[in-house]
Amino acid sequence: MNIMIQGGRVIDPTQQWDQVADLYIQNGEITALGEAPAGFEADEVIDAQGQIVCPGLIDLCTTLREPGQTRKGTIASETAAAAAGGITTLVVTPDTQPIVETTAVAEMIQDRAADVGFARVLPMGALTQGLEGEQLAPLHGLASSGCVAFTNMRNGFSSSQTLLRCLEYAATHDLLVVFQAQDNTLVASGCMHDDTTSTRLGLNGIPEAAETIEVSRCLLLVEQTGVRAHFGQLSCERSVRMIEAARERGLNVTADVAVHHLLLTDESVSGFNAAYHLQPPLRSQLDRAGLRQGLVTGTIAAICSDHQPHDPIAKQAPFAATEPGMSGLETLLPLSLSLIEQELIELPQLIETLTSAPARILGIEAGTLEIGSQADICVFDPNAEWVVSDDTLRSAGKNTPFLGQTLKGRVNATLMDGRIVFRR
Amino acid sequence: MPEANDPNSIQLTADGQLRHFLTTEGLPRELLTEILDTADSFVDMSQQQVKKVPLLRGKTVANLFFENSTRTLSTFELAAKRLSADVLNLNINTSSTKKGETLKDTLMTLEAMHADMFVVRHSDSGAAHFIAQHVTPNVAVINAGDGRHAHPTQAMLDMLTIRRHKGDFAPLKVAIVGDILHSRVARSQIHALRTLGANEIRVIAPKTLLPRHIEALGVKVYTEMAPGLRDVDVIMMLRLQKERMQSALLPSESEFYKLYGLNRDKLAYAKPDAVVMHPGPINRGVEIESEVADGPRSLILDQVTNGIAVRMAVMSKAMSGQLSQRGESDQEEQA
Repeated sequence: MNIMIQGGRVIDPTQQWDQVADLYIQNGEITALGEAPAGFEADEVIDAQGQIVCPGLIDLCTTLREPGQTRKGTIASETAAAAAGGITTLVVTPDTQPIVETTAVAEMIQDRAADVGFARVLPMGALTQGLEGEQLAPLHGLASSGCVAFTNMRNGFSSSQTLLRCLEYAATHDLLVVFQAQDNTLVASGCMHDDTTSTRLGLNGIPEAAETIEVSRCLLLVEQTGVRAHFGQLSCERSVRMIEAARERGLNVTADVAVHHLLLTDESVSGFNAAYHLQPPLRSQLDRAGLRQGLVTGTIAAICSDHQPHDPIAKQAPFAATEPGMSGLETLLPLSLSLIEQELIELPQLIETLTSAPARILGIEAGTLEIGSQADICVFDPNAEWVVSDDTLRSAGKNTPFLGQTLKGRVNATLMDGRIVFRR
Repeated sequence: MPEANDPNSIQLTADGQLRHFLTTEGLPRELLTEILDTADSFVDMSQQQVKKVPLLRGKTVANLFFENSTRTLSTFELAAKRLSADVLNLNINTSSTKKGETLKDTLMTLEAMHADMFVVRHSDSGAAHFIAQHVTPNVAVINAGDGRHAHPTQAMLDMLTIRRHKGDFAPLKVAIVGDILHSRVARSQIHALRTLGANEIRVIAPKTLLPRHIEALGVKVYTEMAPGLRDVDVIMMLRLQKERMQSALLPSESEFYKLYGLNRDKLAYAKPDAVVMHPGPINRGVEIESEVADGPRSLILDQVTNGIAVRMAVMSKAMSGQLSQRGESDQEEQA
């Protein structure tokens, strides 16, 4: 199939390309930018005038509910939502039921995603068996069956020694470890940021130290072991500063942030709206400013959705009794684009944080429009407005605090491996 | 979603009448004063031979207690009966089933019974807000205590007790002593005292029992009784739960009593005419010395009497707010 994407502003940070051009796709690959290849005849033309053409987005943190909790979402429903959000690669968490701790589960998820065919799904494997923080999971075997990184999520480790051994073993095989840093003894029964709003509402707080103590411990052991490490979904300004200092010392660490942490603060919780019940929690204005600064300086290289779809029941209870997390695949791009209107960063830099930067963190060949690369492409209108609603969201999870809001920036076409997987 | 983020929009009708009573926070001073004035008239009435008024005749009040409390439940029941309402008491054990589902299911069942008012006590902060947001529009919700968040009728009965003994709030210095961290009573007292214009509000507790940035609520923070009680007019003690000794919040009851228990010596730091209050039930020898609790400056029993009057006032006001709302919606339907 030959596809031509015509007349769009093509932005590819890997080639420092930013100009209006036609893009040509043949047999799943990008074959030309600008001039048509000799003898090219388009089977399909996508009119991209007035729109942006960029590499397909790569989301570093999505929770798939299949296998195990398909009432909250299936691989089919959530990868379709990804395609509608311009996302062509999803890095998914290992907390399915069963957990991604055997090659069978890792392969099943990828096979299922391939069958559905909306987005590339790259599983993260469990770092420890059962995510219990005690025994090493079979990292080498899981890596051989497609796991791109390993994480214990927010479950903690039984001891610092266990953590150290996990990192040593991962370093042995040059595997990427992802931390969702959280000291659960400091979280206790907390359900939101510990500050004036939690005091007013009488909700148990989660102090910054729940994150920063774990970031600090992990950084020290990363330094000792030399493991490749990535910190996902930072929420605290101080975490950013610690990672910045570690990078200045030459440590091989990277970080991402969930887009909603760049936009919202804990004050949103006043009124007990469970859509704002998140982990890590929304934090103070100072933290938000620190995260935004981290994005500008590059300490935070990537923006992710931290997509966690839920069924309605999960959020229909008093705040603390609800399940944390929000649906975010389809709002990742428009919410990120709002950072440009807020003059935080420029569009090419923003696209880098959503495409080539996550590819670089993972060490995968994706997030580029270079000639010869797989045609994973997102075409979007940065000015088109749409209302977030139960009807407009394709995800099974309608649990977003942006429900009812008008967002700017809408995907018109998504291609994966040269196939049109979404078109408005 | 601005309306969901404004805790007051849900409590008041379009023209500013009370329709749910969920928190004292953010309610206008006039409204709090009206509640106190109405309650005052009910206090006087309770001393008469016939203690009933027909304000809630034909209405059904459902007391939904997801957390045990004999005292609060019985004062609400008595208040509803003195207003001539039919009363349904439901003790619902939350631990037996998953909380959220129980709550939602219970609400749907009760909606089908056409109750006019829910009085709700629940161990989760925000439970009363949740119920107010998820019930049919014509049911008034009264918060009888939600988690650590609010206990607005307790705060208002405390305000009534203070006003009946001290008159004006403007000159008063008030100290709230004890487990502020876990106390919905303290939070509701602080908001009410601020709105009613108390001169100074203090909290006194060890740092383990103070929530973060409590000063942002407009209080002065003290960690010692001597400076904290100096020259205060009102001392409001809080109940200390025994569990607090097990989570490294306090070393022992005896050390807490030594440092923060109100005895005659510590009471002497306050003004000579300072009054002492406690929401009950009292832990004698933990928060307060018996001689103080039973002494001439103690208003603890007055609080109980005033509690019935305040609950009658709040219930009758919320019901009339609901009725006026219903009137509005009827008119809209006709139009």
